[in-house]
Amino acid sequence: MEYNGGSVVAMVGKDCVAIACDLRLGNQALGVSSNFPKIFPITDRIYLGMSGLATDLETLRERFRFRVNMYTIKEEREIEPQTFAHLVSSTLYEHRFGPYFIEPVIAGLSKTPSGDLKPFIAAADLIGCLNFAKDFVVSGTASAKIYGLAEALWEPDLEPEDLFETISQTLMNAVDRDAFSGWGCLVHVLTKDKVITRTLKSRMD
Amino acid sequence: MEVSFALTGKDYVIVAADTTAARSIVKMKTDQDKIKILSPHLLMAYSGEPGDTLQFAEYVERNIRLYQIRNLYALSPSAAASWIRRSLAESLRSRNSYAVNLLVGGFDTTTQEPHLYWIDYLGTMTEIPFGAHGYGSYFALSLLDRYHDPDASLEEGLATLKRCIDEVSKRLVVSPDRYKVKVVDKDGVREVEL
Repeated sequence: MEYNGGSVVAMVGKDCVAIACDLRLGNQALGVSSNFPKIFPITDRIYLGMSGLATDLETLRERFRFRVNMYTIKEEREIEPQTFAHLVSSTLYEHRFGPYFIEPVIAGLSKTPSGDLKPFIAAADLIGCLNFAKDFVVSGTASAKIYGLAEALWEPDLEPEDLFETISQTLMNAVDRDAFSGWGCLVHVLTKDKVITRTLKSRMD
Repeated sequence: MEVSFALTGKDYVIVAADTTAARSIVKMKTDQDKIKILSPHLLMAYSGEPGDTLQFAEYVERNIRLYQIRNLYALSPSAAASWIRRSLAESLRSRNSYAVNLLVGGFDTTTQEPHLYWIDYLGTMTEIPFGAHGYGSYFALSLLDRYHDPDASLEEGLATLKRCIDEVSKRLVVSPDRYKVKVVDKDGVREVEL
């Protein structure tokens, strides 16, 4: 998990969710790329972040794209975040005794029976053990530091712009204390009617 | 000790690799070409485990050629790089995997843009403005951070490459003395003398 480095975090806000990652790709301590996003859109309302071994990140991205496409065709509707979380979990558990070295983080807005959207976040370990949190989820080489900052900065029912500030400060200050993460950040905030995507400039050391 | 560099500039990619074939402490050959021309606008520098390198490079070369014959057009650099990455990633989890590191440089004739991909033996891939494999990366990357210019002319690009090679010659204990340099741009692939 420390071979390439990288970190991801997701947070819940008031009728919105945010997910953010760093942009570093390393080869042990050597930095290779400063533009390596670890978050990918799955549907308009689901974003998936992955940290861990970069080769498995790309392989799983291709795998999830395939499986979500198959789901969409068979069910004739888009996948819900909860369902997608279980898809991620079972995909990872299929490789229980020779795992993909990836810790995924999922952020999305799920439909309630009444028709409005509810924030959803989840994370899993490398063999697919799901963690549905109500506040925030973390993964990656700076996860311990992100926990510390998120615990201090996060509060319930943040508006999209405040949530953006919270997740950005949490991630940026955490990765600055981690040698394997950093080199810029990417933040997505999912709201009811739009997705706000911003790249952050950060310390390049 | 194998060294390969690549950098992009204004509408071109330069790929350079040393030409030594060594076994243990002995130089067996000093004129080996470690850059394959995969298609009219695609280059690939390969390094790693001797045997695996050539075997894998030829496998890639023939498959890319096969695609061209079947479809009457060449794979774009991004598509080719993705296919190569997938081959390596699948190989990694097989009984015996290829230990090959690659720099894939190409010119996309549809968008008129140069692309460079860094791929390692695990199947890690990323698009980069400049990159290196082997011990040369420890010297060249910091140098390229300072001197690389994405809008540089070919002459300026080659001068930057020369800087990297000189630095490696100066600081690396067992540095290679000869390099092969290839360029890909809108006119296709060609070899250049430094």
